[in-house]
Amino acid sequence: MASIKEQFEIPGKLKTWAYALMGIGGAALLYGMVTKGFSKDEHEQVHFWGTLMYNTIFWTLVTNAAMFFLCFSTMAQAAWIQSFRRIAEAISTLVPVFGAITFAVLLYVVLGHKHHIYHWLDAEAVAKDPILRGKTGFLNPTFFIIWTTLAIGLWSYFGYRMRQISREADENPMDLATATKFNIRSMTRSGFFLVWFGLTVASTIPWLWLMSIDAHWYSTMYSWYTFASSFVAGMALIALWVIYVKNKGYLELTNQEHIHDIAKFMFAFSIFWTYLWFSQYMLIWYANIPEETVYFKHRVQGPYKPIFFLNLVINFLAPLIILMKRSAKRNFTLVAFMAVLILFGHWIDFYQMVMGSLMKEHVTLGWLDFGILGFFVGLLILMVARSLASKPLIAKNHPFLKESIIHQV
Amino acid sequence: MAQKKFVVGCFDDEKVLFPAVKQVRTAGYKIQDVYTPFPVHGLDHALGMRETSLHTAGFIYGITGTTTAISCISWIFTKDWPLNIGGKPHFALPAWIPIIFELTVLFAAVGMVMTFLWLCQMAPGVKKHHFHKRATDDLFVMVIECTEKTNAEDLKALLAANGAVETDIQVAEDGWWFGTYDNDNEKLYKQVAH
Repeated sequence: MASIKEQFEIPGKLKTWAYALMGIGGAALLYGMVTKGFSKDEHEQVHFWGTLMYNTIFWTLVTNAAMFFLCFSTMAQAAWIQSFRRIAEAISTLVPVFGAITFAVLLYVVLGHKHHIYHWLDAEAVAKDPILRGKTGFLNPTFFIIWTTLAIGLWSYFGYRMRQISREADENPMDLATATKFNIRSMTRSGFFLVWFGLTVASTIPWLWLMSIDAHWYSTMYSWYTFASSFVAGMALIALWVIYVKNKGYLELTNQEHIHDIAKFMFAFSIFWTYLWFSQYMLIWYANIPEETVYFKHRVQGPYKPIFFLNLVINFLAPLIILMKRSAKRNFTLVAFMAVLILFGHWIDFYQMVMGSLMKEHVTLGWLDFGILGFFVGLLILMVARSLASKPLIAKNHPFLKESIIHQV
Repeated sequence: MAQKKFVVGCFDDEKVLFPAVKQVRTAGYKIQDVYTPFPVHGLDHALGMRETSLHTAGFIYGITGTTTAISCISWIFTKDWPLNIGGKPHFALPAWIPIIFELTVLFAAVGMVMTFLWLCQMAPGVKKHHFHKRATDDLFVMVIECTEKTNAEDLKALLAANGAVETDIQVAEDGWWFGTYDNDNEKLYKQVAH
């Protein structure tokens, strides 16, 4: 394996793009913050902070999904991911960064008493409201802040521990005893992450961060729905980076067999997302109880109707039809295109999840949304590229690497 | 029911099998099949088999299921026997989606299993000739059908030269039959003397 290029060098063009996106996006973000975020008009405030919120939460969960992917693969002793695991690791290094931004934004919203975003922050309204009173044990600022801190902190910490153990495979070849021990230690570390992931992303965190915007409403599907959305977008992000880095002449050991499996994840979890989307929708549609249908009223029949159904077309119909064929999943161009489409689709999904509840009267999608998106994408490109360049692209002494090299679908 | 002449070569290692497959094909013989104790990655490719069309069939069965479900339910609930169920419209698409989904899956699954059985000529009671009993245990059994032009002895020598641990010539039933192995083997199969 002497010919393997282990060291990623950031292409100049990528840096230019990242800085350009961050510059334009940052300008939009600052302009929005000054004119809307700190304006006297509460409507404008809600517009700005809501937009910032769904972007930060989306990217935190998407980058965290890369670490989730690594952890459940490690737990399942899946060997095929080893040839490109450093890509997923590099994406997961963004969790502390995006997590810190999310934390700052949420802290501002909660401590700044933005009760137009989180209605449960309004103590007077809660006192008069038996439903919200019943939820105060969970929906209160203290618990919100503690749980958010723990969630972001432990995702970052357990993720860091996973990346650290992966670095051990860089150095010396392992004998059988060391490799066995290494494997068990990796699985233990991924176990910590997975349990914490289940307690946060797959349950409590979407309730706190997103579902509590509709303080009275609840859905038992909501967290899984959010998880599916962020996970399929996370797989799309991994696919995009793998294809990009491979096209630059690196990752010689990753080929269309690996892309095929990543695309299978994109395909399967698009269907899984639709399953949850539909389950949530149909039960509420069937029961037709006003306190439940309130969530869908302005989405299905109001101004959000085009976005609501566009969401379904991009995130269900397109992957279903385009990614169904085996040859499509092995075509780099098509997979890259679908990855961008899925990322965009789930970004739109998060948009309607948050802004559909905050701005019921009209769709706000515009320069602010795309500006903030640009800023985060620029940041993501820059940080992932830097993280890739900071360590070898291949964990060359990983005990499972050979299985990944000969991987065949 | 036709008996044909086959040359059979047995290999005890994948590493030997793959070059042998290549050699036999390069020499111009058409390999009928290789019976292996477990699925061997890349063997279908080495044998030059074409990609199966089973998934295309599955897609068509699935679409048939979807169409059946939509047309049946919509006819029943809007034309034949409209019922007021919980004040929902007669054309209540969300409520039908689970049924549509289930019928799609059912048609695709059952259709594909049936097609698979048909393609492999498998059914309860159906028997096919086994070229070597150890093909289910630890031997890779390569079977080449003889034509008029085939020199069986040459082919046997070629197989042996490429690492076959055992070679023989069999005249055996090509298709399938109903019955048992014990009673039928005598008339359906005879081993050609070496």
